Amino acid sequence: MSPDLLKLIFGRLGIDSLPLHEPILVGTFVMVALGGTALLAGLTYFRLWGYLWREWFTTVDHKRIGIMYMILGIVMLLRGFADALMMRAQQALAFNGSEGFLPAHHYDQVFTAHGVIMIFFVAMPLVTGLMNYVVPLQIGARDVSFPFLNNFSFWMTVGGAVLVMLSLFIGEFARTGWLAYPPLSNIGYSPDVGVDYYIWALQVAGVGTTLSGINLICTIVKLRCPGMTMMRMPVFTWTSLCTNILIVASFPVLTVVLALLSLDRYVGTNFFTNDFGGSPMMYVNLIWIWGHPEVYILVLPAFGIFSEVTSTFSGKRLFGYTSMVYATVVITILSYLVWLHHFFTMGSGASVNSFFGITTMIISIPTGAKMFNWLFTMYRGRIRYELPMLWTIAFMLTFVLGGMTGVLLAVPPADFVLHNSLFLIAHFHNVIIGGVVFGAFAGINYWFPKAFGFRLDPFWGKLSFWFWVTGFYMAFMPLYVLGLMGVTRRLRVFDDPSLQIWFVIAAIGAGLVALGIGCMLMQFAVSFLKREQLKDVTGDPWDARTLEWATSSPPPDYNFAFTPVVHDNDAWWDMKKRGYQRPLIGFKSIHMPSSTGTGIILAGFATAMGFGLIWYIWWLSAASFIAMLAVGIGHTFNYHRDFDIPADDVIRTEDARTKLLAGAK
Amino acid sequence: MSGLLRRSYPLAPQRKLILIRLGPVSRLKILALLPLAVALSGCNYVVLAPAGDIAAQQRDLVIISTVLMLLIVVPVMALTVLFAWRYRQSNSSARYEPDWDHSTKLELVIWSAPLLIIVCLGALTWMGTHLLDPYRTLGRVHADRAIDQSKAPLEVDVVALDWKWLFIYPDYGIATVNDLAAPVDRPINFRITASSVMNSFYIPALAGQIYAMPGMETKLHAVVNHTGTYKGFSANYSGAGFSGMHFNFQGLDDNGFDAWVAQAKSAGGSLGRSEYLQLEKPSENEPVRRYGTVDTDLYRLILNMCVETGKMCQSEMMAIDAKGGLGHEGLNNTLPLSYDKYARRGTALGPEPSFVAGTCTPDAPQGAATAASIKAPLDTAPLVGAGLRRPTFAPLKSSSFFLGQRPKSDS
Repeated sequence: MSPDLLKLIFGRLGIDSLPLHEPILVGTFVMVALGGTALLAGLTYFRLWGYLWREWFTTVDHKRIGIMYMILGIVMLLRGFADALMMRAQQALAFNGSEGFLPAHHYDQVFTAHGVIMIFFVAMPLVTGLMNYVVPLQIGARDVSFPFLNNFSFWMTVGGAVLVMLSLFIGEFARTGWLAYPPLSNIGYSPDVGVDYYIWALQVAGVGTTLSGINLICTIVKLRCPGMTMMRMPVFTWTSLCTNILIVASFPVLTVVLALLSLDRYVGTNFFTNDFGGSPMMYVNLIWIWGHPEVYILVLPAFGIFSEVTSTFSGKRLFGYTSMVYATVVITILSYLVWLHHFFTMGSGASVNSFFGITTMIISIPTGAKMFNWLFTMYRGRIRYELPMLWTIAFMLTFVLGGMTGVLLAVPPADFVLHNSLFLIAHFHNVIIGGVVFGAFAGINYWFPKAFGFRLDPFWGKLSFWFWVTGFYMAFMPLYVLGLMGVTRRLRVFDDPSLQIWFVIAAIGAGLVALGIGCMLMQFAVSFLKREQLKDVTGDPWDARTLEWATSSPPPDYNFAFTPVVHDNDAWWDMKKRGYQRPLIGFKSIHMPSSTGTGIILAGFATAMGFGLIWYIWWLSAASFIAMLAVGIGHTFNYHRDFDIPADDVIRTEDARTKLLAGAK
Repeated sequence: MSGLLRRSYPLAPQRKLILIRLGPVSRLKILALLPLAVALSGCNYVVLAPAGDIAAQQRDLVIISTVLMLLIVVPVMALTVLFAWRYRQSNSSARYEPDWDHSTKLELVIWSAPLLIIVCLGALTWMGTHLLDPYRTLGRVHADRAIDQSKAPLEVDVVALDWKWLFIYPDYGIATVNDLAAPVDRPINFRITASSVMNSFYIPALAGQIYAMPGMETKLHAVVNHTGTYKGFSANYSGAGFSGMHFNFQGLDDNGFDAWVAQAKSAGGSLGRSEYLQLEKPSENEPVRRYGTVDTDLYRLILNMCVETGKMCQSEMMAIDAKGGLGHEGLNNTLPLSYDKYARRGTALGPEPSFVAGTCTPDAPQGAATAASIKAPLDTAPLVGAGLRRPTFAPLKSSSFFLGQRPKSDS
């Protein structure tokens, strides 16, 4: 075939795009291929494809979508963490003239992929998954406002994750750092596919995130059950509302800035180039106008989880509910006024720098107030040290340290000496692991019995907890120390042998975290095997306070047979206190949304379009785009969007629960 | 650990000297860190024990802010542990008030305590940021020494290249690669730019960092107070050779600095525009180089991205634009670009890359012969890390891609 024809069909994709010369990647590929084949074979053998397609892939049930988000987050955590282990190993080895085991070409991809994956495909899915699962239950709703949109959002997020994973075996990922600053990320200095993978993975996933944000805002604003005024919403719902407002107001900025970068890279515009009037500084500003709210997008729901957990396990109303809510709202607003603190060192004037430094510090006031609120919720409580509470205590002790170093970095002259150093790396891992990750684990342990009807095994959970916490401190405290020695981030080799010991300690810490992750996976497996022993039939295993615990575990498709009516904060606690009787008669048929495969099909085409654009396979992109339009328009002619669960089915489900509850007593 | 440390570490002897020279207040602050310092003695906390006045003031700010915040962080952590222990379920003697959820007095305390700390820290930040603004000329060379007005500040022009540092000393007419020196207690005025991508110019012992960005200039004013050799490097990832992009910064006494200048002078080489175009090509782990003479206009040309003859300088472009620009006619003043730096390739769907031709420069009085003077380098393959095989794909040229020919610009 002529080269022109090959190019027309395959774009710039060729046999040499496969990283066959990288033994690490080939080994990984073999492992993934074997595992994947085994998985696919297993699914086929047990005839699970139909079940998966009908019950999970096409579902519009917010609970199942929430669970799928969590699975996505945990799977991607394994990938992102593998990158972290490689970095730690490389930095621990590359001393005394050794080049370590990763060449620059590979190492630079690893740290970029680690950041991108951990933020976009681990933290975001975990947080979104928890919000998706819990929020409709907490506000007494049947589902989210737009159930089909929810399914579509999830699959778009998966599409982005698929593109990032493909870059491992087909071509390469960006070598620019996780925010891909131009000019380095522009076509002149990154002519390969890496940055294009980055752009299209984030664009595809970003559509999902934005739509899911709109969906959850509508849900919280419009679908609260009678009596649940804004100031009676559980704090987790409040933080979810604020987070989704942040998503809707900031992700479009990311979409636009990446679109401008792709115009630079594809059609030769000069938004962020060095010459022709381009301004790389503009990119840095725009990406942080998204990027700073993003950290609050992640941490606010975690704050909500800790609020629920502290109150439940202290057996006490949350201290200072009102100030908690206002603190959340203040953080939401202030998070837009601080972005410049990410680049004090780019030559802004002293007044600009001090303005952004001081606004950053002001955020620590509501955050501090929250910390005190949790503290005084524990005060005069009866604290049960179940796993979610352990994670919460670990969070409180860890997060104040991260917050402190964060405020320190907000002092511009201090930032001049610590910016981009390992001190900074230690700081943001301190808040993201100590806040978001610990929060997600608290949430998983807390709501797992709600989702599956049995608790998670406490032995493996505690093992995982202690490995994680000690591993975290061992991995990141040395980085604070190294930062004070003036060691900067993203270095691949070192020539000062006195630093090595710290990197070795950090690597051991990362190893402990690996054990923590292993124990967590064991915890899931053991809990599944011991599900009869760990079973909870009451639907309220923790003696909890909010509405999601009023229904069965797992909740029926329709969540609540009758929409609850709320009279107080901590609605379920209030109901229990007033001797609430579960209705046993009078069930009616329930109107529900139907499953649809449109979401996964649309997202599949969007992913193919992204792949085509990455490799310049224009026909594939065009065809996928047209297919998306066709499927999208076709879906508007789908009139089978809803169905009624017959009253008989509702009666059967509710009677089964009545029997279970009676058996439990 | 000691085995590792005994190996030659050039900065180690410096540390003790610096600790002794701290003022009484600083010594107190160091005391706070003593447990840490003892545990880790032998390591070089250059950020906490720098050799320049600016970095020392920045260090002070780091320590004062930390202590200020510890005022609230320590009680919070202590209370967390205390409450977590005291109100555990098994302790039935502790009071249990399940409905107690509000106290106006406590609310006032929990909002005002952080507020007070932040008010103090905010004031400190405002002052510190203005006093330590890298663009501000120095008011002193040391806490107890004023500036010697008889000596002019040392001017140094810094250019971040792929992946090495070029230092031009305009007053001495010399230039060096990966070697920087300055006399003790003489203010240094850095002007900083870059050739291709963003880097950050950072000598922890001297002063805080500032980015080096192409087509832009940043400034840093600093002074070194102690003789010695310190590390400098790029603190912003800039591509494959980033790890090797470091240099030594020497604080020298006046005689030592004169000798250092003389050494560069005697090195003999000359750095003009064509030598610079060779130098700016990507290379890793560059050894020190010295140039006895340097084109006096070179830094301005680098900053304005017009070292190649025939390109219009950005300053000229901006001057034209400030007067209203050339309108559509300006489009005719572009020429096809055969290369820019090492990898300025065309985009897949865009026009062929071009550049703005200089309309009139001393080297090309009528803007003639510009295209011919810009030669593509022999090797334009994509750049990968050291020792790696290059991918063999060639970037698509849009003209050949659609199988048909696109009309060329007629300029």
